[in-house]
Amino acid sequence: MSEYVLEMNGVSKSFPGVKALDHVQLKLRAGKVHALMGENGAGKSTLMKCMFGIYKMDEGEIRMDGQPVTITDPMDALTKGIAMVHQELQPIPARTVGENIFLGRYPMKKALGFIPIVDHKKMYDDTAELLKKVRMTFDPKQKVGELSVSQMQSVEIAKAVSANCRVLILDEPTSSLTSNEVEALFRIIEDLKAEDVAIVYISHKMDEILRIADEVTIMRDGKYIGTWEASELTTDKIITQMVGREMHNLYPKRENVPGDVVFEVKDFTSINPRSFRHVNFQLRKGEILGVGGLVGAQRTELMEGLFGIRSHTTGEILYKGKPLKIDRPKDAIDQGVAMLTEDRRGSGIMAVLSVADNISISSLNQYLDYGFVINGRKVENLVQDNVKKMNIRTPSSKTLIKSLSGGNQQKVLVGRWLANNPDVLILDEPTRGIDVGAKYEIYCIIADLAKEGKSIIMISSEMSELIGMSDRIMVMCDGRVTGFVNGSEATQENIMALATQFE
Amino acid sequence: MDNSKQNTGAKILAVIKGNPIALLLVVAAVVVGCLKDNFFSWANFSNLMSNTAVRFLIALGVSGCLITKGTDLSAGRQVGFAAVVAGILCQKGDYGSKLWKWAPEMNIGLVLIIVLLIGLCWGLINGFIVTKLHVPPFIATLGTQTIVYGISLVISDAQPIGGFQKIYTSLINGRLGSTKSFHLPYLLFVALIFGFLFWFIYNKTRHGKYMYAIGGNDVAAEVSGVNTTFTLIRIYATAGLMYALAGYLLAAKSGGASASMGQGYELEAIAGCTIGGVSTTGGIGTVPGVLVGVLVFELLKIILQFLGVNPYYNYVVQGLVIVLAVALDIRKYIAKK
Repeated sequence: MSEYVLEMNGVSKSFPGVKALDHVQLKLRAGKVHALMGENGAGKSTLMKCMFGIYKMDEGEIRMDGQPVTITDPMDALTKGIAMVHQELQPIPARTVGENIFLGRYPMKKALGFIPIVDHKKMYDDTAELLKKVRMTFDPKQKVGELSVSQMQSVEIAKAVSANCRVLILDEPTSSLTSNEVEALFRIIEDLKAEDVAIVYISHKMDEILRIADEVTIMRDGKYIGTWEASELTTDKIITQMVGREMHNLYPKRENVPGDVVFEVKDFTSINPRSFRHVNFQLRKGEILGVGGLVGAQRTELMEGLFGIRSHTTGEILYKGKPLKIDRPKDAIDQGVAMLTEDRRGSGIMAVLSVADNISISSLNQYLDYGFVINGRKVENLVQDNVKKMNIRTPSSKTLIKSLSGGNQQKVLVGRWLANNPDVLILDEPTRGIDVGAKYEIYCIIADLAKEGKSIIMISSEMSELIGMSDRIMVMCDGRVTGFVNGSEATQENIMALATQFE
Repeated sequence: MDNSKQNTGAKILAVIKGNPIALLLVVAAVVVGCLKDNFFSWANFSNLMSNTAVRFLIALGVSGCLITKGTDLSAGRQVGFAAVVAGILCQKGDYGSKLWKWAPEMNIGLVLIIVLLIGLCWGLINGFIVTKLHVPPFIATLGTQTIVYGISLVISDAQPIGGFQKIYTSLINGRLGSTKSFHLPYLLFVALIFGFLFWFIYNKTRHGKYMYAIGGNDVAAEVSGVNTTFTLIRIYATAGLMYALAGYLLAAKSGGASASMGQGYELEAIAGCTIGGVSTTGGIGTVPGVLVGVLVFELLKIILQFLGVNPYYNYVVQGLVIVLAVALDIRKYIAKK
């Protein structure tokens, strides 16, 4: 009997033009949380996809309990006891919790002794049992589409648990969870550990890793860097190994000086009574205003309301004392407001189009000859300027954006907005799902923009980012603004106190 | 020198790999050409060119709808409608069974303008239903398809329309060069002009960029300040114009018109686009691709005709080619996993 439940040795995988994995190893012990870390593009997801049978490896072997195994596809992985909760959840929203969990392997019974039909009673009873196991209390017959993101995730975990898994892969499980929900997830992980499940935990959040992981494997550029006991590591050590260089500061020094109030929102209220209401705030020239709150605090909704993506009933938006009329994003853009949306894939990138097309789409008017012919050279200049300024790593301007890493995609989108030279820039979770190196680069860009006199609103669910980057923090709870904290006085505690001020 | 030769070779190979069906058909054409006399004749070539030209115009119209993840099922009936209107208005003043006896003989240029305006209206209606009433394009254009056909039947009284002014038919069926040997039909030039125009719009104008952006991610496009409503309306309106032009040309080409003209052309156009690499998931498609797709389809028809295949089997073969072409095309994307 091997000391490892599952080990991967010498795994290599190439895609046309890139070596995604180069002799990587990963050894998982029963009942331990094994953190897998590395910048985006380091090959973590590729390695997991090899383990889960989505990709075929070019070289290398997988052993379970010391015996070599071949995993042909995800179904095969599941039967061998390997389950995966994907970063992007893929539930079927219109079906119930029970149906989602037992999808593809519904418990069956025979009607009239010979007609096979789904045994709904058994399915929902089993679901209730499983939900109890992951400490969730909602109805197994509820539609998944009605659940919150964290509840959906619990459903996914319940699904994994139901397959009696021995290895559970969690790919960035906390990226859209609030602190409370993270705690709940950690309790589930503790339960699973007690049942001897080996857990692979992929995350960029250092504090989480240091708290929950037993062992840490770090990858860089598709190569295996090493495995450590989590107790030997510190945040700095991990970052150094991940980026391959020393990194002292998580946040750049800010040199912006907030000036006069330029942007003002008065009594802004959504048409949806459960969303944002009676919001008032001011924004100064060259100021970074952080927006904090729990998931569900309606921060995104508020900003999308200001940007014209969502409708409002009452309220005024003033720019330098002059009211702005914003009914759709185009109006906002024309009046000098830009917004980097939260959902990069859903409302940011146009995946099948090139970097050049993606970066130029909202500023095409600037590149026209004779008023209607797009001047390719001007677009190319825009791309090259941004590539240089923001260190965007792309083979060429014609490369499809979907083949870039998350951080580089985000930089392209920032470039898209800056091309319009906006005065007010709304950034909704600008560093979500981005690796540490790219995060720092984005922070530098934000700090530079503020220094240039741009006014920035930044929604963030990462406390340290909020505190580290903001001049002032506006905290929301349940659709209302519950208070403001000065950046220098901000602590996790005083922000959390405001964020939980429910009526 | 050697290097550039290799490059050209690699490029040709890539094109062949990218369009296996097109290659197959070209080979088939050569084989048929060797077996049957007349296949490699100017008459046949000219016939192929003018058939392709009209279908290409329709496919260009539909391509914008497909690239933006929509479709236009009313294309064929709009072609029929335009043919009927053009036919009625271009009848000879002294023609015995002239449908609108009260109407004077009209200038065919004026008729073209009228037909185009009507096509524009149909397109605007489609665009309005899709963007303002938020009816999915498939259903919206299914509805207008039926409406357009109904009105075609009413105004043509369900009768075939003939007796066109000589200038109308002779101009559109005209050709450059002698009839017996080398010649190029005017329709070919019309197709080339519009092909170039669409290539220009798709690649060099803001409208084209907006179209691809909407197809790539409509939410992102809207958030980026693209007026998605207006862009889509423009796409459907342009499509309407193209169908009208095609209908006007088709009536003259056939020397007659009826409400049933153009039936099923929307499916041929969509098939041609798809074979030519226009992705139904949006954001992908080129004008040269559409041309290849349509050409392949027309070539296939002519080959079958020369082989003396029972015309009813044509449908079977065409259907197979659509499925096969798309299946092969899709392999390019799934093979990457």
